[in-house]
Amino acid sequence: MTEVVSGPLLTADGRPLKAALATAQARARRRAFLLVVPLLAFVLITFVVPIGYMLKRSFEHDGFSSTAPNLAAWFEANPEGSEITEEAYSALVADLAQMQKDKTPGQAGTRINYTVPGTISLFKGAARKAEDMQPPFKEALLAVDKEWGEPKLWAAMRDAASPYTTDFYHVAVDQKRAEDGAFQRGTDKERIYLYLFIKTFILSGVITFTCLLLAFPVAHLLATLPMSKSSLLMILVLLPFWTSLLVRTTSWIVLLQQQGVVNSILVAMGLIDDSGRLVMINNQTGTIIAMTHVLLPFMILPLFSVMRTIPPSYVRAARSLGATSWTAFRRVYLPQTLPGIAAGSLLVFILAVGYYITPALVGGADGQLFSNMIQFHMAKANWSLAAALAAMLLVAVIVLYWLYDRLIGIDRLKLG
Amino acid sequence: MKRILTLSTALTAVAFAAHADVTVMSWGGAYTQSQVEAYHKPFTAATGINVVSVDSDNPAPAVKAMVEAGNVTVDVADVEYADAIRLCDDGMLEEIDASTLPPAPDGTAAVDDFLPGALTDCAVSTIVFSTVFAYDTTKFPEGPTTIADFFDLEKFPGKRGMRKGAKANLEMALMGAGVPAAEVYEVLGTPEGVDKAFAELDKIKADTIWWEAGAQPPQLLADGEVAMTTAYNGRIFAAAVAEGKPFNTVWDGQVYEYDLFVVPKGAPNLEQAMEFVKFSTSTQALADQAKWISYGPARKSSGPLVGLYQDGKTEMGPYMPTAEANLGNALASSYEFWVDHDAELNERFNAWLASN
Repeated sequence: MTEVVSGPLLTADGRPLKAALATAQARARRRAFLLVVPLLAFVLITFVVPIGYMLKRSFEHDGFSSTAPNLAAWFEANPEGSEITEEAYSALVADLAQMQKDKTPGQAGTRINYTVPGTISLFKGAARKAEDMQPPFKEALLAVDKEWGEPKLWAAMRDAASPYTTDFYHVAVDQKRAEDGAFQRGTDKERIYLYLFIKTFILSGVITFTCLLLAFPVAHLLATLPMSKSSLLMILVLLPFWTSLLVRTTSWIVLLQQQGVVNSILVAMGLIDDSGRLVMINNQTGTIIAMTHVLLPFMILPLFSVMRTIPPSYVRAARSLGATSWTAFRRVYLPQTLPGIAAGSLLVFILAVGYYITPALVGGADGQLFSNMIQFHMAKANWSLAAALAAMLLVAVIVLYWLYDRLIGIDRLKLG
Repeated sequence: MKRILTLSTALTAVAFAAHADVTVMSWGGAYTQSQVEAYHKPFTAATGINVVSVDSDNPAPAVKAMVEAGNVTVDVADVEYADAIRLCDDGMLEEIDASTLPPAPDGTAAVDDFLPGALTDCAVSTIVFSTVFAYDTTKFPEGPTTIADFFDLEKFPGKRGMRKGAKANLEMALMGAGVPAAEVYEVLGTPEGVDKAFAELDKIKADTIWWEAGAQPPQLLADGEVAMTTAYNGRIFAAAVAEGKPFNTVWDGQVYEYDLFVVPKGAPNLEQAMEFVKFSTSTQALADQAKWISYGPARKSSGPLVGLYQDGKTEMGPYMPTAEANLGNALASSYEFWVDHDAELNERFNAWLASN
């Protein structure tokens, strides 16, 4: 006679089986989580936080808002379009006097100077005299410099009175303040960022393509040679990979400059004459050559690891069934290497888009990329504009990645 | 044995504490070398404080980055005038009280001894340097003599070198186009003037190599990569006199300005840094530096003490930017202009450079 079990299943110690399982699983999950905590913290600290900070910086600049509280309050109370009254001028003069005491007129002027050039000395000059100014303040300020009456300046101050701003993005897409203060497209001579932005993507595409052309045969050779020979060749691929980037780039300068090795050999061979030495460096050509070389291993390695897994018997089978060698390559071999091509291309392209040291060294005037502008503004201490430009690059790369995922599928990517 | 070890460790620790190093950031190459010889070595000999030298293409942005990040690793930095003013305005520099600087040997107070404008709230000038252009005498035996020749590819064919940046280039371009030195900044303040400067640069754009570090132009000349290049005058002097390179300097159209020592806010060894600044801007130290590189001392009292180059035979006088003969058509760089227009004109310059 058997007892009919009713109710939930129990474990040996009498707890419900479901609950015991949940506890055990929770413990396993906790252990797994603890294992990845160091990595998570690392990624958070070195990646998410700096990028977040950068994005914040591109929208934020308190150089003016923190130094001109009175004027900021007036802007707050009087919406855009209202007349600039004596009250506003008096708030401005009070702020200027305080700036002079705190030694901050340069800081305030710098913020306004980002969208209205020539204002740093305007602020300094007025701040020096602000203490002694008598009402009416409008006339007093205009007597120092009539630029204080410009609508452009007031529009810039209104925008800067809040620490949060889109000013830097306007500048990053080549917009300038017109006389009335509104942003509009800059003249042809002033526009640079969008042009360079597009050029960077085109050049990166060219570099990715040349990398692919050069890497494909090499990777194929490496994958099909016997192990002993292929490891020797592999070292030749890896050796430059392990060499410092700067050493490789400066070597290209030595090789390619007009009095350099390549030109001298060509002259010695009589292929070109001495006055017709080729210009291969300090221009766009230099950037493409040097960057292709620097990024080549990133294409060879994924291609190699994918090609090694392709059994040679497939192509042999195709040939034995009557395919020409071209058809066998195109219909049988090439499709199987696609995951490697995709991985290598994505890797090289994304690295190329953000490259700056190689173009800075060998790019001359027309071989500069977008990142060189970011570096330039970092060096010129306009960090907010640098951040805005970097954010544009980041968004573009994310969009490309998303497109790639939609069209090809990120799970098809194979690094080996 | 163990006791000896402990003892020696303790002693070393004491020694380190007593001799905090001063870290000085400067522009590298022959210029840093001259500072090491004239300032660092005598300072260490006099005080026992070691001086560590760090190179940079331009120390000013590095100082800003350090102060903003709250991680200042240099005690003294060598910067250009406009940068010294800007950093001081942004509250990133320690103030330097001019009355604490050593007086001239005859007792003249430092404030009166330095050249006009050489002292600011946060910075002390050490030298007057100049952007000039120089050429390879083997390429042009009948060399160029005026700034207009630099922009004349027909008369003097060959590649040119220029600093990648707006400052000094635009002024030289205007002088090349015939604008008198006294009117350069007035003209450059107008949109037409800027267009005019860029039109002049357009003439040589296709044949120009752009340099960034001060050590590059002598190298470009020596490699035969350029026939003529703008450069800091001391670099060309060092290459021509010390290394015997066939370079000649053209002083016509030179743009000169001060270089200054500043102390970043939060410098780890503030006291020693101030000590160093005072020591190295004394009459004798400034005069000594001119023994190593052809930059003019910023003190009047140093002038008469400047004698021969370290080789013992070259008279330094004629190589100084401030020598009478070199000031014929010379422009004093205007920091007021560049403080206001640096961002705008460099943006325009970059756009010009990137376009074809």
